[in-house]
Amino acid sequence: MIKSLNTEDTLENAGLTEEEQKLFSNARPQAYEPYPIKAVEDFANWARANSLWILAFGTGCGAIELRPLMTARFDANRFGVAGRPTPRQSSVFIIGGYASVKTLKRIIRSYEQMQGPKFVICLGICPVNGGMYFDSYNTINQFDQYIPVDLYITGCMPRPEALVAGIIELQKKIKRGECDGANRYVENFDWYKANQKKVIKSWDMPDYNW
Amino acid sequence: MISEFLANWLPKVGNFSITLLIVTFYGLLMGAFIERIIAKVQGRIGIPYRQPFINILKNLFKRTAISHGVMFYLGPVFRIAGGIGTLAFIPVIYGSEMFSNFSMAGDLFLVIYFMFFGQLGMALGAGESGHPYSAIGIARGLSQMTAYEVPFALAVISIVIQYDTLSITDIVAAQQGGWQNWTVITNWVATLAAILAMLGMTGYSPFDIFLAPQEIPIGPPTEFHSAYLSLLQTNRALFGATKLVLFMNLFFGGATGWVELMIKTFLIYMIAVIVGVAFPRFRVDQSIRFFFKIPTLIGIASIIYVQMVLI
Repeated sequence: MIKSLNTEDTLENAGLTEEEQKLFSNARPQAYEPYPIKAVEDFANWARANSLWILAFGTGCGAIELRPLMTARFDANRFGVAGRPTPRQSSVFIIGGYASVKTLKRIIRSYEQMQGPKFVICLGICPVNGGMYFDSYNTINQFDQYIPVDLYITGCMPRPEALVAGIIELQKKIKRGECDGANRYVENFDWYKANQKKVIKSWDMPDYNW
Repeated sequence: MISEFLANWLPKVGNFSITLLIVTFYGLLMGAFIERIIAKVQGRIGIPYRQPFINILKNLFKRTAISHGVMFYLGPVFRIAGGIGTLAFIPVIYGSEMFSNFSMAGDLFLVIYFMFFGQLGMALGAGESGHPYSAIGIARGLSQMTAYEVPFALAVISIVIQYDTLSITDIVAAQQGGWQNWTVITNWVATLAAILAMLGMTGYSPFDIFLAPQEIPIGPPTEFHSAYLSLLQTNRALFGATKLVLFMNLFFGGATGWVELMIKTFLIYMIAVIVGVAFPRFRVDQSIRFFFKIPTLIGIASIIYVQMVLI
């Protein structure tokens, strides 16, 4: 499924050396249609909404708000939320506050390794407009130019209560079938890649991290 | 000839499918119940009872899945084949033709082989995923498995000598007629060795180094996702419940009905859970040294006990 070398519609992987290009897949990601029967899709969305596995990758100062979620005081397990240490198994990526250019590269790698459907929550004001880092030389101001975002929780910093409220809001959105970030990413793939490559100067990874 | 064969085997396969469904469902439900108990110990409410089912469904409904090669596909398949195979040769309900599965004269040895089979298949599959954490998890898991299999095998040999049979049905039959006939009373030394080995098998603290959440992300299944992971999760519940049924048959007198089975297996599982919530994690060298010391010595003592006292 992933190795379709030397076909027409492939990625260039120009950032890699010739030797490395043989090691990575150059297939394009593909958009996925919802199930043809609406009841099946609704049921699938209900299951997805009630089993949110968060990628345990703290990307900024807001990551500190994720820890209390699992403790006795807030206990996000009640809502089917669990932490997953590997992007392969997780379905929710919480961007914890500001994203520096260096972190953005890792965010893209992790996001592309997650299996669809995948959801992104942005925590704090920084991913919306840069927040207090609006004129910093190495901080991303508008996060959704690089990765499609499903939900914003603003504040500096939002408390875990706000995070729990946001998670419940995300569940409602998933049940309505409105969270199609993975498909948006694939459909506007070239635009997202152009934006990403504009800020990440040392692009030494494949164009899509399978 | 063929019709005779079918008439004999088809009902057995049908009956086994029912057993498989019940045991899997029970394993998942018990998993959620245990999770809730652990959450209560930590002062939380914990997951809803339906959570393990939803997790499996969610992973089945994932839209994408990638592969790392043939063995990567086969890993979870081998794993669940090991789980189903183990259950297939264990008589689940004593005295019930319907739920005695494919039990036969030498099934105890077959069951012990099947318990190894799934783990080795998983090791091959996770090895092909190429993730370094998978490799570390497998190295730790297999070395710990080698360690706890020693006291378990010694305990099994001990009760095989005691009852002079390799058939699980006969072992259960010998324990009927009241709790004073159970192996846990008649051969408590072997039971002690096996229970210590069970602590390693269930993978709770202090023997959870091979999964080691927070350390090597989650060990062998790091790269498994989507439908592969839902197979692994189903097997985790099925295999866990199956091992408890085996322990109940060998040491606690078996069960004559589903309710008795559920009460007994739950209480056996609680031993591992109580130890798990009370003790911190062993390093892999510590856990292997532990198994090779006290439980192995108890296992050897159980064989001597059987030879000197019981026979």
